[in-house]
Order: sequence, then C-alpha cells, then structure tokens
Amino acid sequence: MSILVNKKTRLLVQGITGKEGLFHTEKMINYGTRVVAGVTPGKGGEWVMNGKVPVFDSVKIAKNATGANTSVIFVPARFAADAIFEAADSGVELIICITEGVPVHDMMRVRNYLDQKDVRLIGPNCPGLLTPSEAKVGIIPGNIAIPGNIGVVSRSGTLTYEILFALKNLQLGVSTCVGIGGDPINGTNFIDTLMLFQEDPDTEKIVMIGEIGGTDEEQAAEYISDHVTKPVAAFIAGRTAPPGKRMGHAGAIVQGGTGLAEDKIKALKKARVKVAKHPEEIPSLL
Amino acid sequence: MKLHEYYSKKRFAEYGIPIPKGEIAESPQEAQKIAKKLAGPVVIKSQVLVGGRGKAGGIKLAQDPKEAFQHAKDILKLTIKDLPVRKVLVDQAADIKDEIYLGITNDRSARKPVIMASAEGGVDIEEVAHKTPEKIIKCHIDPLLGLQSYQSRDLAAGIDLSRDHWRVFGKIAQGLWQAYIGSDATLAEINPLVVTGEGELLAVDGKMVLDDNALFRHPDLEKFRDLDIDKKTEIKAREYGLSFIQLGGNIGCMVNGAGLAMTTMDIIKLFGGEPANFLDIGGGASSEKVAAALEIILSDSNIKVILFNIFGGITRCDLVAKGILEALKHVKTDVSMVVRLEGTNAAEGRQLLKDASMETADTLAEAAKMAVAAAKE
Repeated sequence: MSILVNKKTRLLVQGITGKEGLFHTEKMINYGTRVVAGVTPGKGGEWVMNGKVPVFDSVKIAKNATGANTSVIFVPARFAADAIFEAADSGVELIICITEGVPVHDMMRVRNYLDQKDVRLIGPNCPGLLTPSEAKVGIIPGNIAIPGNIGVVSRSGTLTYEILFALKNLQLGVSTCVGIGGDPINGTNFIDTLMLFQEDPDTEKIVMIGEIGGTDEEQAAEYISDHVTKPVAAFIAGRTAPPGKRMGHAGAIVQGGTGLAEDKIKALKKARVKVAKHPEEIPSLL
Repeated sequence: MKLHEYYSKKRFAEYGIPIPKGEIAESPQEAQKIAKKLAGPVVIKSQVLVGGRGKAGGIKLAQDPKEAFQHAKDILKLTIKDLPVRKVLVDQAADIKDEIYLGITNDRSARKPVIMASAEGGVDIEEVAHKTPEKIIKCHIDPLLGLQSYQSRDLAAGIDLSRDHWRVFGKIAQGLWQAYIGSDATLAEINPLVVTGEGELLAVDGKMVLDDNALFRHPDLEKFRDLDIDKKTEIKAREYGLSFIQLGGNIGCMVNGAGLAMTTMDIIKLFGGEPANFLDIGGGASSEKVAAALEIILSDSNIKVILFNIFGGITRCDLVAKGILEALKHVKTDVSMVVRLEGTNAAEGRQLLKDASMETADTLAEAAKMAVAAAKE
C-alpha cells in the first residue's frame, strides 16, 4: 500500500511534447507507471513514445478518452497556473506540478480556487511522487528507493534523493515519497501528507525533510503531537542561511524573524520528533 | 526585486494614489533646480534600498533651493549601510498632521494577500507588530475577488480614522491593491500615509518588492533593479542561471539542488568550518556550468578549499565526474578540492576522479570533515 499514487494511477502528462515532458515521460513509463495520455494544445492527434501515448488538445478531452485520474504538469512557469486550472476543471483527482518559478500571485489564485474543489495539488516546484515498484509521477529517480514501510515527505529535491538512497543502502524501503515542493504557497503541505501517512496501514514510520522559511514545520509539529502516533524523524536544512536571502527555493527565506531553522527544530523536538543533525543520521533515528 | 521609493511612488500615482510633487536628482545642481521649480520647503531623500535612512542623515528638510543644494551635496556623499547614495528624491514638503501605515503583502500561511493599516505610521512597522500587535488592523483579501470596499472601511474604522477621510482612504487602498496586483508585488507599502494640515491624504513614502518569478510579465520594471544591493558574484551567477549567495567563510560549496546546498553549508559549520557560499548548480552539472561556478567561487580570495557535493539521480555520476574534470581543464587554480559523489553510478564516477588524483569522499559527513581539515592547513 501507499498514498496518492500506485498501480491504479492512470497518468496524463501536460506538456508531454516539450523537452522535459518527453524525457520524463519515458522514464516514468520505463518505471512501470501507466501513462495513458498527453496534452499539448495544438498537437492533438499526434502520438509520442513510439506510438504508445496519444496526445490531446485539452485535458478534458484526454480524460474523457482515456480515463486518466492524475495529471502531471511539465509546462513552463508562465503557463503553469492555466495548466493547473485546466486540470482542476477537467475532474482529475490529483495534479502534480513539477514546474519551478510559478509567480506567487498565480499560486495564491490557484490555491484559493482549488480549495473550493475536490482535487489535490502537489507542488509546484517539486520532484513529484514515488511509490517504489508501483508508480513514479514526476522526476524522482526510480532506482534510488525500494518498497517498504517508511513514508517520506519533503520540501526539497536532491536532498530527498540523498535520504532515499541512504535508506536503500541499508535495505530500508519506502511506502511513498512525496515532494511537496519549495515554493512559499503550494497545494499540499506537511500536515496534509502526515495525515495521509498516519491513515495508510502500510506506512509505519515517517521521515520529514523541511527547510527554512514559513511556519509549515512548526504547524506540522503541533499536528504530530496531537494526531500522529507513528514515529517521525526529521531533518531541517538551512541552519546557516543568512536572514533576508532566498536560498534557491522561492520559499526558503527567513523574513522578519520567522522561518528560522532553530525554531522549527525546537518545535519538532517538543513534539517528540527525532531531529537529525545531518541527513546521513536519518536512518539511525528510525 | 526591490523598487526604490521614487519608482514605487510613481507606480502608486499611476493607480490614483496622491503623492507629493517631486523629482529625482543625481547632482546638487539638479536638486537645486527642482527645489526652485517646486517653490517652498522640500525634503531631500536618499534613494537607497535600506531602512533607517533618516537616522543615517539620508533625509533632510530644506527651506529654499540653496539649502536644497547643500543637503543634496551632503547626502550624495553618504554611504548608508554599505550602499552608496547615487540619487536623491526632491519632494515638496508636506504639512504633516497624522501619520498612518497602509500595506499589502502575501500572507504565506493564509495563502492570501493581507492588507494592514495602523494609526502608528512613519515608524518601523515590524517593531509595531512586535511590541503592540493590537495597533495593526489586518484583513485578508480573497485573491479571486479582490479588495472589497467594506474591507477598506473596516480598516479605516479600525485605526480610528476620521469619517471625513473614509472615502479617500478607500480609494487609496483600492489603488494600492491594484498596484500590488498589477506589479506582481510581494509587498506594496505606504509608510507614512499622511493626513495633512489641509485635511488631505498623501503617500509620503512608498516601497514595493516584486516577485522575481513574475518579472516576465513586467519587462518595463527590470530596468529599475538596483544592482548595488547584490554582490558582484551574485550578479554574475544570475547571468549564468546559477543560484549563488556569498556568505564569508573559506570553504567554497558547489552543490546540485537548493536543499542539498543548504545542507552542505550546515554540515560544514557542524564540523567546525565556515562555508563561503550557497550555490545550486542545478540538475545536470554540465562542464560549462561547473566552470562558470568555479570562476565565481574562486573570485573570492579567501577560498581555501572547494567542496563538491553532487547527487547523481537521473544524471549519472560518471557523467558528472567527467563534467567536473572537463571544467577543471579550463579553470586554473591551486585551491584544494574535495568531491563527494553519490547516487547512480557513484563508484564509476569516484574512480574517474581518483584516477585524476582528486580527493573523494564516500559520505557527506566525511567530505565535510575533509574540507574543514583542508581549510585549516
């Protein structure tokens, strides 16, 4: 078992004919993910992946024709909000937006619109999801994790790969890895994901990887102490980050005294979460 | 991207917000000319992107054009918090009766814009928020609906603004909202919004911060970027599409991924070293990017050692290793290097580097310890 994506996922790729879209569609298919359709406006009727995946002009047409239930977005930042709105209006249940650099005003509108609908967004600016041996939706390398009972949730990309790989090297497997993304406003946060892991019978332990900026980790800590009975280990990046500077991720910034790594670590420790000093310590804390 | 007071206020004026008459000057002569044209007392204001300009002597009142010349001359010589004053704004002085704060920013945890007003204007609003949070009236705005008139009235009533001013205050709040939306701002702020002796409202100071990710929608605003607030290395890195921040230590960091780059800085510090920079070279770690990044890191003469920390996921580590070796052919340096490669084909990648007699590490902790030791040699 797992959360969000699995063998039943019928995936649609928005921006499938672009360079990134094609590249990662191939990787997802090779992993065993069921990619049933692609969307690029103006290219409906074409086929990609050696004639295995049909391309449609709109998400709605693609969904009706193929029964897709999940959409992953690989379009440039300026078109990302439109792509998310289109996916949400088509009736798919889950949208994963990989795109980095989406304007924050777009994300405020997206998030407030999606809150009125029965649809979940992961990202943007995220590596996507991986349920080892079942489905890979996004750009997480498939070979760095094995199936198991550890749920992983993270705001980061390569840092998460590090941790997945370290777990794999110790033969520790993962139920699902969720990259929630490094933007200040995203579709799914730590609490949402912790809730899903807590309910998932096959997730027994949880790894949470946070970073400076915002107060999501502090809120998650409160949620953990009230609602999460499964053991949680965490790592927070950015202890040495100077205030007022954006550390690569749009959301990774200490502003007006909030978003400090120390505050997050303190809050997590108070919630009896084991916090690693560096990422290689994580497996030993589980 | 931060906008100077002058451009922020000009932008506000385009959205119907009343601002004092004024112009920008780059010399005392220009300041004198503007003061003459405005007639009457003027305020000479340094245009630098830091707080505390007044305390640093960067804002002065001049009674006549001659005094304007002198003040402009003094202020243009100043360096405020490491920033040289290159321009001054010469504004008609306002007859200030009351000072209000009015600002709109993104509330990250509410995922909505928030508009804030306070009767305690003209001072550092973060200090007011810290000491007397009850003096700030806040109202979240639905980004799909925009600012509603009743919300402006609630703010006006909340700060005990006289009812005579509610209509104009509402217009100003609406203008600020439009300026915030129309510029993709993350902050649009009037501090102070002044009630004058004549009973008018006037935006005496203004500030805007724009979302860098949205600048593609505002190509006209890019030219207002003040490069003085960024370090030269950071500007160069931006040209190469690299995310780079200089920190001041002596261990250079070259990492793929922002989270991993922060982690690398943290672990250097954890083992007793001082990271020199944050640097995310992105996914592929191509030889061109590595070469550009090396040049940027090495332009800091304090650098004793460079720590490469690359996780090869989709890009195989042997290819990353080849990229690093290729880049080192083009960048001459005798600074020591420690490389830590992990992920797909890591063993092959490490072997390639060892064959080229580079120091490699198996774990991040080991790499950090090696770099710290090398920096202390």
